[in-house]
Amino acid sequence: MRFAVPLLIFLGLGLLLFFGLDNDPRKLPSPLIDKPAPAFTLPLLEEPDQTLGKDDLLGQVYLLNVWGSWCVACRTEHPYLMEIARRNEVPLYGLNWRDRPEEASRWLKQYGNPYTAVLADQAGRTVIDFGVYGAPETFLIDQKGVIRYKYVGPVTMEIYEQELLPRIRQLQEDQS
Amino acid sequence: MKRALILILLWPGWLWAAIDVLQFDTPEQEARFQQLTQELRCLVCQNQNLADSDADLARDLRMEVYEMVKSGQSADEIKTFLVARYGDFVLYRPPVQRNTLLLWGLPPLLLLIGLFFLWRFLTSRPATTEPEAPASDPLDLLQDEEP
Repeated sequence: MRFAVPLLIFLGLGLLLFFGLDNDPRKLPSPLIDKPAPAFTLPLLEEPDQTLGKDDLLGQVYLLNVWGSWCVACRTEHPYLMEIARRNEVPLYGLNWRDRPEEASRWLKQYGNPYTAVLADQAGRTVIDFGVYGAPETFLIDQKGVIRYKYVGPVTMEIYEQELLPRIRQLQEDQS
Repeated sequence: MKRALILILLWPGWLWAAIDVLQFDTPEQEARFQQLTQELRCLVCQNQNLADSDADLARDLRMEVYEMVKSGQSADEIKTFLVARYGDFVLYRPPVQRNTLLLWGLPPLLLLIGLFFLWRFLTSRPATTEPEAPASDPLDLLQDEEP
């Protein structure tokens, strides 16, 4: 009987730690969900003399994918992005993070370009405004420019089908 | 040989901390910058602060903090800026609020509970210990079991 209390404490702690094992410390909740996306105006990767800003993208539901040619996980993600682009259900914009333009362009030539347009953030400022802490990260932004969802890590078809597409459909229906 | 090994083991790791050459207008600004980068977490290598981390993002965030300090913003303003983007997780010293009550409250609570039991333990015994209290000593119990 006198061992019951320590045993219970031990078991409780054990259970707590055991389930804690499943938590991924890399998946941080973003405070930006359901908040307006930060304002940005960035040059296009392929045409640096042209810029694209948040205001130009209002009125549509779109995905914004943060990537870089230096990012290994982006390479894994890339074929899925190509497939998402091919399905043409949502426009996909790229946010190229701290990359050399020529290397980013080479990447797109070599592996294909899934993006409607690619914004180049060489200084990494916009990326900080978006609270990005590791590429790839994918944001779902609605017609009013509000961030509705964020996925950290490489998007796969499974994640697209289960996490992104239902939300995209919902938002697109709200519009019509 | 042994001495060399000990020296290597004791070599202060902070010597490898990332170094930027930054100019400040006042010593207060420099102190604020140092204080902030010590207290802000690097999001990439999560168990390092911004001052120690050499990750690209940490460097960018350091520069961001540096420029905000230079432009005269207070520590609170800078923290608010980063929390708005990265959440409370960037702070190594999380604010006291509803979802951190357990975090902040538990250690003092446990201390109080511990002190309570200590106090009960100490007061439950007579102030003058009787030397011949039979079977209260665990060693006696052990000896009893021997044939």
